[in-house]
Amino acid sequence: MAAVYKFKPYNVGRWVIWSLFALVLVFAPLVFTSNLSITMLAQMGIAIIACLSYNMLLGQGGMLSFGHAVYTGLGSYMAIHALNAVTDGKLHIPVSLLPIVGGLAGMGFAILLGWVTTRKSGTPFAMITLGVAELVFAMSLMFSEFFGGEAGVSGNRVTGQAFFGITFAQQIQIYYLIAVYTFVCVALMFAFTQTPLGRILNAVRDNPERVEFIGYNTQRVRYSAFIISGFFAGIAGGLGALNFEIVTAEVVSAGRSGAYLLFTFLGGATFFFGPIIGGVLMIIAFVLLSELTKAWLLYLGLIFLFMVMYAPGGIASLIMMNLRVAKFGKLRQIWTSYLALGLTAIVMLIGAGAMIEMVYHLQLNSALGDTVKFMGASLNAKGVDSWFGSAFIMLTGLGLFELARRQFAHDWGEIQTEIEKEIKRRETL
Amino acid sequence: MEFFIISMLNGLSYGLLLFMLSSGLTLIFSMMGVLNFAHASFYMVGAYFGYTLSGWIGFWPALVLAPVLVGALGAVFERVTLRKVHPFGHVPELLVTFGLSYVLLELVQLVWGRTAVDFPPPEILRSSAFTLINHSVDGLSFVWGAAPAEACTAADASVRLICSPFPATRGFMMLVAVLMLLSLWLLLTRTRIGLVIQAALTHPEMVEALGHNVPRVFMLVFGAGTGLAGLAGVIGGSTFVTEPAMAATVGSVIFVVVVVGGMGSLSGAFLASLLIGVIQTFAVAIDYSFLSLAKDMGWALSAATQENSFAKLTLSQIAPILPYLFLVLILIFRPKGLLGTREG
Repeated sequence: MAAVYKFKPYNVGRWVIWSLFALVLVFAPLVFTSNLSITMLAQMGIAIIACLSYNMLLGQGGMLSFGHAVYTGLGSYMAIHALNAVTDGKLHIPVSLLPIVGGLAGMGFAILLGWVTTRKSGTPFAMITLGVAELVFAMSLMFSEFFGGEAGVSGNRVTGQAFFGITFAQQIQIYYLIAVYTFVCVALMFAFTQTPLGRILNAVRDNPERVEFIGYNTQRVRYSAFIISGFFAGIAGGLGALNFEIVTAEVVSAGRSGAYLLFTFLGGATFFFGPIIGGVLMIIAFVLLSELTKAWLLYLGLIFLFMVMYAPGGIASLIMMNLRVAKFGKLRQIWTSYLALGLTAIVMLIGAGAMIEMVYHLQLNSALGDTVKFMGASLNAKGVDSWFGSAFIMLTGLGLFELARRQFAHDWGEIQTEIEKEIKRRETL
Repeated sequence: MEFFIISMLNGLSYGLLLFMLSSGLTLIFSMMGVLNFAHASFYMVGAYFGYTLSGWIGFWPALVLAPVLVGALGAVFERVTLRKVHPFGHVPELLVTFGLSYVLLELVQLVWGRTAVDFPPPEILRSSAFTLINHSVDGLSFVWGAAPAEACTAADASVRLICSPFPATRGFMMLVAVLMLLSLWLLLTRTRIGLVIQAALTHPEMVEALGHNVPRVFMLVFGAGTGLAGLAGVIGGSTFVTEPAMAATVGSVIFVVVVVGGMGSLSGAFLASLLIGVIQTFAVAIDYSFLSLAKDMGWALSAATQENSFAKLTLSQIAPILPYLFLVLILIFRPKGLLGTREG
């Protein structure tokens, strides 16, 4: 073998980004110190792992699964049973390794169930995963020994031998455990995208027929990816079991699976970091938005609909598109349109939001009187003037938004052609 | 015997209701390649429309009007959103309908509340269609409508006498489903628009080249499919219960039906809906577990086995998972479905 000198520069950008990620994980609880925010941060870490493992199927493999909660949920159940076994002294593993037990369980179930589901791809795959999810959820109500019935299975994480004095008695300790797992899992899942299997998985997503022609078995590729995804999903489930110390049948429900799909897509399935945004948004929506308004599921559904229609790449693709514009120094030309777009959208949303809140108020708590507090103003849910005012604000906002949108679409198109031209020009240099 | 007949009829009527839903789903899928995830939501919306309209104009006009409204809603949805994402491929199309199912559920809860509403069937359908009388001496006899009380009470205590009524709503459900099946079949095979639809199924470009507006045909098919779901909703809502959870209970079962029958095969969907309807109804009615089987066979079981929750499960308890088990078995042994032609 002749020694060939290969020039391999350090990928500085990558080192910077991963160090920043680690720093954010370490310092986030020092900035947001309240109990609520530390609980939320812990849940965000779990959601990030779950959404990334889901995106291994959706974004990288083109497999739309409606049953991802099966693997996170069964991982949770196995982890909590293992935790109880540790408490009873039947099992001798440190508590900090229990998420691995969840991961192995998720992997085991993915091996078992994935063999059936990955026989198909595309729409049939989606329907079969839905069927399997329903199967597991229906079973969870039948076998109360394992699933704990209505009450669920609870455990106590302060057990076993303390490791360097870490007993997980405080929330901050469990946060750092989750942070370590999050960092390692995110790194591993990123590494997976660079492996030959990760690459061929992308090919299976884009053109399965051609992959068959070059001699790969697409079904086996999907199956392998499914198993790996199940492993990480199980780790997320195991962390969830340690975090909440209780596991109920809700963790394998169809609603949970739907949430993973929704937020992974909102974050952006086409970029690796999209689901990280999605996981953070998921916890914000579940914890904060649901406190703020009763109509949050409606808002979420509407946002999702518009996202699928107008930005199928999710938030991540919006960020990347604007980064490209900024890179070519064109952001200055468009920021006024952004401002107009944002302001008119806010006006429109205030009007629409006021009306939706009034309807919800009339439907759900009309016993509390007719006054609705909305953004500091009190509206009379049965008064004509409140309704007229809200409708007027919404329609004005809608009209102005449409005007701003046309201007923006025009500017945006112009900038994109300019960028294309610039790229062509640079190529000829 | 009368148990068997009544259960069979109940199963068939439930299966026919499933077919009313899955036919629309299959039609839309085979034509546009779109799996309408919100199909069961349209079923729910149909039930609520029927509930409100029957309060205003009576049940029978509502039975006609509510499906038309639901169909119009579906057509508008296709025109406004689905056509926009069509160029992006099938996954975004599925996702749009998935998002719609969230929005429809929330809107229904917003307008009609989170609890069940009282949507009774009309006067004429409230009684029994017929009654089977099983007399241990005279044998099985049959009476139209409800049986008179004296026919169901045995004068002699040694005579075993059982009356099994069959509800008229169930009979009506079967009648509507069969009529719908027949008219759908006639429409698709005997009329001009049916031929255009069939042609657009396989050769959309060619049909377009011949001067037919294929996107409009798609819109009509989507509207018709959701309209059928709305019709099933009015009937299902008045027979069973009208509540926001009704979409979720029937939604996953009709997906199972479509996969088991073979993706895009209308006759397969028919067969699969009847099969699943009958299997599920019989399973719910039979209170029989592995433990009682062992007892009947005279096997001696240890105490541990008798306490085992797996052995204690009765057939009626595992009824909810039977459709999904069936799905998994079909996928293992016949991946293209019962009457499917393509392996997708």
